[in-house]
Amino acid sequence: MNAPTACGQGLPHDSAHAQVQGLATYIDDMPTLQGTLHAAPIVSRVAHGRLLGVDTQAALAMPGVVDVVLACDIPGDPVLAAFAHDEPIFAQDHVYFAGQVIGLVLAHDHPTALAAAQAVQVRIDTLPALLTPQAAHAAQSYVLPPVHVKRGNAEQALAQAPHRLQGHFEVGGQEHFYLEGQIAYAIPQEQNQWLIHSGTQHPGEVQHWVAHALGLHNHQVRVECRRMGGGFGGKETQAGHLAVWAAIAAHKTGKPVKLRLDRDDDFVITGKRHPFEYDYTVGFDDTGLLQGLDLTMLVNCGFSADLSGPVADRAIFHADNAYFLEDVAIHSYRCKTHTQSHTAFRGFGGPQGMIVIETIMGDVARHLGLDPLDVRLRNLYGTTSRHVTHYQMTIEDNILQPLITQLAQDARYRERRAAIAQWNATSPVIKRGLALTPVKFGISFTATLFNQAGALVHVYTDGSVMVNHGGTEMGQGLHTKVAQVVADELGVPFDRVMVTASDTARVPNASATAASSGTDLNGRAAQFAARNIRSNLAAFVCGLDGCGAGEVEFRHGQVFTPKTTRSFNDVVGMAYANRIQLWSDGFYRTPKIHYDKTTLTGRPFYYFAYGAACTEVAIDTLTGENRVLAVDILHDVGHSINPALDIGQIEGGFVQGMGWLTTEELVWNDQGKLTTHAPSTYKIPATSDVPEHFKVALWPEPNREDNVFGSKAVGEPPFMLAISVWEAMRDAVAQATGHQQVQMNAPATAERVLMAVCGASARAD
Amino acid sequence: MLPQPKATKLKTMKSNADHPLEHPLRLVHRGQVVNVAHVPPTRTLLQVLRDDMGLHSVKEGCAEGDCGACTVVLGELREGEVTYKAVNSCIRLAHSAHGQAVWTAQDLALDPLMPAACGKSHPVQDALVHNHASQCGFCTPGFAMSMLGMYLNRVLPGQTVDRATAQADLSGNLCRCTGYRPLLDAAQQMAAYPQAPVNEAALKPLLKTASQHPHNPAYLRPTSAQAALQARAKHPKAQVVAGCTDVGLWVTKQHRQFAGVLDLTQVRDWQQIEGYPHHIAIGAAVTLQEAFEALAADRPQIKRFTERYAGLPIRNSGTLAGNIANGSPIGDSMPLLMALGAHIVLMNWAGRGSKGSVKWREMPLEDFYIAYRKTQLQPNELLAWVKVPRALPAYHAGHHSGQWMRAYKISKRHDDDISAVCLALQLDIDNGQVVKARVGAGGVAATPARARRTEAALQGQPWNADTVLAAMHTLREEFSPLSDMRASAAYRRLVLGNLLWRTWLESQGEAHTQTFEMDLTEVQP
Repeated sequence: MNAPTACGQGLPHDSAHAQVQGLATYIDDMPTLQGTLHAAPIVSRVAHGRLLGVDTQAALAMPGVVDVVLACDIPGDPVLAAFAHDEPIFAQDHVYFAGQVIGLVLAHDHPTALAAAQAVQVRIDTLPALLTPQAAHAAQSYVLPPVHVKRGNAEQALAQAPHRLQGHFEVGGQEHFYLEGQIAYAIPQEQNQWLIHSGTQHPGEVQHWVAHALGLHNHQVRVECRRMGGGFGGKETQAGHLAVWAAIAAHKTGKPVKLRLDRDDDFVITGKRHPFEYDYTVGFDDTGLLQGLDLTMLVNCGFSADLSGPVADRAIFHADNAYFLEDVAIHSYRCKTHTQSHTAFRGFGGPQGMIVIETIMGDVARHLGLDPLDVRLRNLYGTTSRHVTHYQMTIEDNILQPLITQLAQDARYRERRAAIAQWNATSPVIKRGLALTPVKFGISFTATLFNQAGALVHVYTDGSVMVNHGGTEMGQGLHTKVAQVVADELGVPFDRVMVTASDTARVPNASATAASSGTDLNGRAAQFAARNIRSNLAAFVCGLDGCGAGEVEFRHGQVFTPKTTRSFNDVVGMAYANRIQLWSDGFYRTPKIHYDKTTLTGRPFYYFAYGAACTEVAIDTLTGENRVLAVDILHDVGHSINPALDIGQIEGGFVQGMGWLTTEELVWNDQGKLTTHAPSTYKIPATSDVPEHFKVALWPEPNREDNVFGSKAVGEPPFMLAISVWEAMRDAVAQATGHQQVQMNAPATAERVLMAVCGASARAD
Repeated sequence: MLPQPKATKLKTMKSNADHPLEHPLRLVHRGQVVNVAHVPPTRTLLQVLRDDMGLHSVKEGCAEGDCGACTVVLGELREGEVTYKAVNSCIRLAHSAHGQAVWTAQDLALDPLMPAACGKSHPVQDALVHNHASQCGFCTPGFAMSMLGMYLNRVLPGQTVDRATAQADLSGNLCRCTGYRPLLDAAQQMAAYPQAPVNEAALKPLLKTASQHPHNPAYLRPTSAQAALQARAKHPKAQVVAGCTDVGLWVTKQHRQFAGVLDLTQVRDWQQIEGYPHHIAIGAAVTLQEAFEALAADRPQIKRFTERYAGLPIRNSGTLAGNIANGSPIGDSMPLLMALGAHIVLMNWAGRGSKGSVKWREMPLEDFYIAYRKTQLQPNELLAWVKVPRALPAYHAGHHSGQWMRAYKISKRHDDDISAVCLALQLDIDNGQVVKARVGAGGVAATPARARRTEAALQGQPWNADTVLAAMHTLREEFSPLSDMRASAAYRRLVLGNLLWRTWLESQGEAHTQTFEMDLTEVQP
């Protein structure tokens, strides 16, 4: 490896200048081809029922309306090519949730299509609906079979423990609220080939789904995505639905079809973070050391499996978070309800696994009158013993103890805890709370096969470099980091490298850009591709200068040999003239991982990313309103490829997690209709929700595993730092009431906090 | 040399001058007067900018004015001066911007009227890049435009943009990626870059040219009260609009079409806030932001409450009179205005054509509402003025006499949210006794309402804890609020009473009793 000059720098996002000038192109900004039709979805307003008929007469009579597309227009399999093969592309005989798409209306412009879709009359014979995971569990209605993971003997350990606590609580889902709504633009090409512009985190899957629905081979469908206006997991599978719908409409009409969801439709149609319900019994000793845990998780999966299996699995894998669970039994039920099919969302079940053990830590500490941080430290994984997870993975890179200790010191946790107790004693209405919680997040797709990536690096005759890889850009800065890696590998300035749109015609069979793996996988693949080119060039100049390949150095756009120095561009020009290959592919697969998906044991993760956050909050005991007052974070990104981007991921992830646990409440009414379906009713954090004291520091150690530039994945882990907000909120409630137990469901809205302070649970009616 | 206004360029203008669609929408854009033909009255400014003018930097994030991705800056000539406002283009009817200058993110480097930025980039944009304030970039152009509004209205006149100002002015822009820290930093740092002022000497004549408009029968923009009232009499079915901040949603979400539109924003008389010895009168075309500034000048304690009304781009478009006439049970201005004892003035044109005269009637605001979204407004009437009594000397803890006035809002999110509960009250206290009580409540009934039983429970009683406890009980019983996605009925009731307790504690000057309007920071041991 050459001395890095790009990696390690806080370079701006590769699109930053274009974005601030408004010149970064999203799919809806692309020039519209002549004849393009605009589509709008016809959706079910009923949660469960028999679909008796669709009357499109009024819609078709509206000026500008061209056609309607229904299930009967699907040329291939009417069931989506999702792995569980359980989702109808368009509802056919039944509807399974309020928001399910029945068909599309096509018009010459978008507003007309939207108005016409509302004019379509859908006749549905309503059937009883299962709207909560409890109801589904009682009815044994599951999208996938239950999973039980056990170690030791939880029952016996609980029976013998000096203390036992039982608890039940619920954690709500979360809408992704990517600022750019879902979109697809399907364009017919010659000879039954198809070009799909899709705002997707997984172009390869969109290709497969579209081909399957149209009855084609994958090679007839090309999917392209330059960037998304946010993804967060919401465009991992959900973008595929749109692409399939648009492609079917384009197939029927022979015209290009653009389908862009109105925000309200986006809320109502697409899946969200899985809501969870928990029941637990925990046993512990006088010091707070856990002795046994029996945990049941009811996962609200919605009407189909989608990614619910791996999401629920990851919740199991993270129910330990940072703590050694010796005797444990975890029961995971994947409940099938008549709601949107819940899907990937940053953390992918990890947050829902971690929050329950962190809640337990807080409960245990309060029960014993101990500081919650002491109980957390008491239960931490060890480094040489107590270091095997409940799924039989040995933790080899544990830095929890030093990291937490460092943060507690930097944030003055102990002093502030005392100061807060003192402050609360003199404050009759406002009460403060403080919590420090850790994160240990497993990196790798739990489905081992997805841990592979490909890339192409082209060096053109002028020495400029183009990179293409299987990952997608949704704002996280993946393309910037990959370009930094390639620039250093070739020893050229960063601005000589350009990353182009993700494209199934360039790099095939790419995994989703998900599981925080984008840079680990694609960065390495691109690095390998660049390395091949560098080897070709090195061998070429060795021949010119009569030196060994190891003596050639690529740096600052120059190529150094013991004999002479040439510019990279000159070397490239000469190599081209000498018929040396100036482009290469690269392929990477993550080493060491293996995992038995029937027993959920093995080494599903290549390594862990760690972090901790210390958060202070205040609650208003008259109204339940609350505020985050100060946040200190110490997070492990390994050796950062780009500290500016990494800090952006940490801050953004934290605030998104804070939203999940405070203001972002999804409300379905008793008919199963989502009543929070727009930003007017669903409240993500805004500018004034972020505290002025918001400090992020990076842990100084590189990844102990061999990973690109010694870095660690950063997309998801910081999200879970926000569990410190939840625990601080519960701490404040406990300080207000003086009670050991805090009964509250997430998110901690003003209403829930007030009810917790008053001793009532959740919404009073 | 100043850029010269270029000759008006008429795009696809045809000769059929009587057809409503033939009247071009005229905007000042990049140093030119631009004509956009064939703009129906319900077409939004966002649609015109994106689809007709190809300005794709303007993004649609929600089409309801809540996310700010569509924010643009409008410049308007008012009494010889240019005023700049960041507004939501997604719910603004395009014709309402007629005659104004418009800036989008992609214009700043190309606008000869901003010579320092032209051909380069604007300080707003430099600050965003240097602070790594864009990730996915979709909200970024909207943030840039809210920041441009701040830049023009605060930085150039020499104000310091501190963190609180940045938060308040950017509260109508949502970002899902960054967590806002870099955006707030960028807003505070943009003043440090070389200045990029607007060449107003060149802009003013362009605005004058652009705002001279032909009569568009489908989109009426009267400039005098008389003309507005005559138009109302002649076109009773035309949709009355001002800032379009609710009517815009009827278009984008309910796909309503209007036979015609009557836009009141250009009525010169009604753009005024008039001061009188005992009250101020706020005209129908006064924006929420301007109205709130006037109200807060008299009663500084409501400043934070007014900042929590939507976001700045909405307050820059919407009008106080529009909020009242709209009749929503969850608007925040009405409980406030009821507590302040506001009256409204409804006007109509009596008689035929130009031979008639202006008639008016005045009523207390609370009498205006009949039922859910039903008001006293007749088809020939317009809500012309809002009259708000001036504040009396304030009551302070330790004093025995004075006026105690507070307004509270409870919502899931502090800023840019709709109230679950809103409570405003004004108590005239004389010698320790409540001599007059006015209490307005929102979110608890089908209309905004006065809590008359609670007022009765307070009036004539000593201002003490026992009185308040009794009144809390009355207030909780006075309304039958609904449970909905914002809050449960039980919570609404509970909090209504608790807010009364809060105001009692506050009136006694107790430390740390206020809600988060106060400046709480982390404890420093």
